[in-house]
Amino acid sequence: MSIIEVTNLSKRFGDLEAVKGISFSVAEGEIFGFLGPNGAGKTTTINMLTGLARPTAGRITISGQDGIKNIKKVQRFIGIVPDESNLYNELSGFENLVFCASLYEMGKREREARARELLARFGLAGTGKRPFKAYSKGMKRKLTIAAGIIHDPKILFLDEPTTGIDVESAGQIRELIKDLNRKGTTVFLTTHYIEEAERLCHRIGFIVDGKVVAVDSVNRLLRETQQENTVEFTMDKRKAGLESLLQKSFPGITVKEISAHKVRIASPEEIELMPFMQFFSANNIKIKEAKIVRPTLEEVFLKITGIKIHKLNKEKEGGAK
Amino acid sequence: MSRAFWNILLKDIKTYYLKPPNISWGIIFPVSWTLMFFIRSGGAVDIRGILPGVMALSVLFGTTSMLAVTITFERRQRSFERLLVAPISLNQLMLAKTTGAIIFGVLYAFVPVLFAAFLIDLSGINWFFTFISVLLIAVTSTFLGLFVAVSVSEVFEAQTFSNFFRFPMVFLCGLFIPLHNLPVFLRPLSYLLPLTYGADMLKFSINHAGSIPVWLSILVLVAYGAGLFLFSTYNIQKKWID
Ligand SMILES: Nc1ncnc2c1ncn2[C@@H]1O[C@H](COP(=O)(O)OP(=O)(O)O)[C@@H](O)[C@H]1O
Ligand SMILES: [Mg+2]
Repeated sequence: MSIIEVTNLSKRFGDLEAVKGISFSVAEGEIFGFLGPNGAGKTTTINMLTGLARPTAGRITISGQDGIKNIKKVQRFIGIVPDESNLYNELSGFENLVFCASLYEMGKREREARARELLARFGLAGTGKRPFKAYSKGMKRKLTIAAGIIHDPKILFLDEPTTGIDVESAGQIRELIKDLNRKGTTVFLTTHYIEEAERLCHRIGFIVDGKVVAVDSVNRLLRETQQENTVEFTMDKRKAGLESLLQKSFPGITVKEISAHKVRIASPEEIELMPFMQFFSANNIKIKEAKIVRPTLEEVFLKITGIKIHKLNKEKEGGAK
Repeated sequence: MSRAFWNILLKDIKTYYLKPPNISWGIIFPVSWTLMFFIRSGGAVDIRGILPGVMALSVLFGTTSMLAVTITFERRQRSFERLLVAPISLNQLMLAKTTGAIIFGVLYAFVPVLFAAFLIDLSGINWFFTFISVLLIAVTSTFLGLFVAVSVSEVFEAQTFSNFFRFPMVFLCGLFIPLHNLPVFLRPLSYLLPLTYGADMLKFSINHAGSIPVWLSILVLVAYGAGLFLFSTYNIQKKWID
């Protein structure tokens, strides 16, 4: 059952159409990721879903409620983690969480207990009394996530949760998101890191230039764009003329030497390994490894959108704390 | 009022209003104005005569400058977005963000009264109307500050834009230059400014010297306050949830 249903949603800023009539749905209990390059319209979409931006056109239904007309009702059961940590600099970690809980009408005792619980769970118990401005980037992001789930929301929205923070904190945050999801929270997140989408999300929407160009599970996205079967052999030595020899013995396949000791064989049909092993053996070549090559999500993204997207190692650009 | 309302108000009081710069402002401001009159008049200052003016200006400057922090600054920091996406109605949210300024505006007004109590005889003052006048001045100037805070995006712009309203009001509200001494072409302008009505009410309550009927002043101030508040929340809907 889908908990978020978006139909023909669009957003115009003056002359610029940042989101161009997108439709998608998010199933209850899943981690759904919006993957796209900078400026694709990810933040604009999250802002519309959470009530920070008014759609120019289209419909949003969240848990059966009209997400535009009844947004104040919807905001009671959604949690929001913005792309920048935006808690109060002057307040301590603990005070920040208690304050955020009060916005959701939680009682004083309940607020304080929940704040303590989350500080402990996020490994921030020791720094709960420090002012927010003294936190490192990674700690700030964790506290911002804690603030987003203080009222135990049904749906959690995260805008680029790991952008610009150190690799270790990023890893911890991914684990926290998975853990929340295992406990029943539906997660909608955006990212421009392909590996993050692949590792974390059950389903992914590719968003490019304000349009959703594909929505599917990671496996299905991988399978559907795979038109050929490819096997890669690693050999113990180099042999001159191997390519043409292979080609002659196995008509209908494509051969490509990718390095001195590696050769790739592609075919629209399923590839039987045995005949190839016999071929190599007959030519006095030992095979050290044979593996099936699958396209990466990066290649799939490139194929569908024509855009090369950032790799995860870009995390370094934000710098360690 | 919801729990969120009280907690937003308490947070602002704790993090902004009770901070030393704010407290000292409430004391330094009336003292320096009184001193200015003292010097100008060569030592013979009519404290009771200038009391309404000093009170009104303490409120005006105190409240309008505070909203530059509680709203413009929080918006720059983006923590204001947190409030906008909280399940609290925009009207309650903006009331929560302005009530602190109103409360402290009223407190600021009574600082000069406290000083004056040591120096002169304060008998004969209608305290009830004095309080009502101060409250209405605090409400309208706070909402004027809100109007400014909503119209700008930088803290320094808020300060500059506020002065655009504040300084003309100081000279045109009739506190220091009686309205009938103003050039004829400026008088209509005076009657457009909310402080003119608040100041007149204060003069009436403290020195029995008002020139506008009290009911009219109350009516104008309430209308001004409501108008500025509604216009500001409408503007927030339109501009900040964009
Ligand atoms: N408030 C705004 N006013 C004008 N243009 C905007 C505004 N917000 C975003 N945009 C534009 O909309 C496009 C999408 O932005 P955004 O949703 O932030 O992308 P992403 O989050 O995917 O990087 C960009 O071209 C951006 O410049
Ligand atoms: Mg973004």
